[in-house]
Amino acid sequence: MRRKHLITIATSLVVSALGFTTAMADVLETIKERGTLIVGVKADYKPYGFLDPSGDVIGIEPDLAKDVADKLGVDVEYVPVVSSNRMQFLEQGKIDLMIATMTDRPDRREVVLIPDPNYYSSGTNILALKSLGLTKWEDLRGKPVCGIQGAFYNKATSQNYGAEIVAFKGTAEAYSALKAGNCAAFVYDDSAIVAKTNDPEWADYEMPLQTIDDAPWGLAVALGEDNFAQMMSDMIVDWHKTGRILELETKWGVENTPFAKAMHEEYK
Amino acid sequence: MDVIFEWFRVLYQETGINLPFLYDEYDRNRMVDGFLTTIRLSLVCLFFSVIIGVTGAWLQGSAFKWTRRIVNGYIQLFRNTPPLVQLYFFYFAIGTLLPRVENDWGGQSPILGSFAWAAISLSFFAGAFNVEIFRSGIEAVPRSTVEAAEALGFSKLQIYRDITLPLAFRVVLPALNNNLVNLVKTTTLAYAIAVPEMLYEANQIWSDNVNVTEMMIFLLLAYFVLVGVLVGAMNRWERAMKIPGYG
Repeated sequence: MRRKHLITIATSLVVSALGFTTAMADVLETIKERGTLIVGVKADYKPYGFLDPSGDVIGIEPDLAKDVADKLGVDVEYVPVVSSNRMQFLEQGKIDLMIATMTDRPDRREVVLIPDPNYYSSGTNILALKSLGLTKWEDLRGKPVCGIQGAFYNKATSQNYGAEIVAFKGTAEAYSALKAGNCAAFVYDDSAIVAKTNDPEWADYEMPLQTIDDAPWGLAVALGEDNFAQMMSDMIVDWHKTGRILELETKWGVENTPFAKAMHEEYK
Repeated sequence: MDVIFEWFRVLYQETGINLPFLYDEYDRNRMVDGFLTTIRLSLVCLFFSVIIGVTGAWLQGSAFKWTRRIVNGYIQLFRNTPPLVQLYFFYFAIGTLLPRVENDWGGQSPILGSFAWAAISLSFFAGAFNVEIFRSGIEAVPRSTVEAAEALGFSKLQIYRDITLPLAFRVVLPALNNNLVNLVKTTTLAYAIAVPEMLYEANQIWSDNVNVTEMMIFLLLAYFVLVGVLVGAMNRWERAMKIPGYG
């Protein structure tokens, strides 16, 4: 009797697993059936993805995600992700699309499908007290430097410049630790730091170093979703062509970046 | 040694099983540091939580009403709130309120760093449980034993130190064992305030190498071995303390 039960359970498991894989085969169908596009975005990365006072996710990347949903004719749902879990969310099918300030790197392309061309670009810099007078990356040697768990430049910053990385889960904790004096600096994307230095609350802080590792950002879909990736490629080209990225930068108070300008020139 | 390490690089190239903390020197040092930090944090917390447990249980029997009330308040506060919340509370709330000191790099930083706060908060957390564990042991000592000691003219402290506690210890060991095992596992929470212990370093490594599965398996085994050593030691101690005919 028990054995029979086991067989039934095993069979139903296999069947549901098979059903799962066929459902994965074309996510575009699933999205249209569901009527909602589920997008992983940052919720702590002003102005690219952050929370407004009422708790909604807003910013440049949610706006881009909305464009995709509009094109598909469905609603959009935002799932906040962080650097250390965003690729797993995509792999596990918790999100259909990820637009979450992710630097495009070859080893990531083995895990998720990143359509070309890139939609954005940024580099690495630090936020530090003006009074420390840091001028070059080597000044960080031996000092504790706050970071975000999962950021690829943590290793480079400690390996090449001898900084002791103190990595936190989210940016709120890292900023708080920097303010409390637990770290000499906070190593992060220059695009986010620029926004912070314009904030009156951070008037004593500066972005003193030369930006390094200027690297493109990639949005991503799950591996094997070639149709969706193709659609996203066309979409990104369109964003560059129409100047949508430049428009969103202006809307959210970022100075137009050289990358966005160059891409607009190239595709226009 | 290098041959073995290189074998793991080949293993990665051939099979895709990526264990960078074995073949990459930088990652290996990180993992070793993480392992040592976990052990250091565990030992510090084990020591202080037992001290808190023994002292707390003694104070619970105090003749002063307010001493008993404070001890009970402490137990309620630390036993009934999540350890992660306590860690954040100590590090981000209390830590920033404390006076600052001049640091090596010319800035002002809080007196206590993340390791110190993790040690304090986890010791208090496990200590609250330990007080109750020791109380259970003390209450298991027959009243007549204590009365006999009183009749012989022992002082209150002497009775606790030389009679009640040694007998209670044997009774509480299984429960204490449980709580200390839990404490070692709870040290993983310290990664939330950036204490570079094992989980934290593993997280850095899997973020750099996208090898979450391998690191998860490794972590599970590493903690299994670590806690196994503790349990082995505690069981030996339990056997060594055994009194024939008692408990």
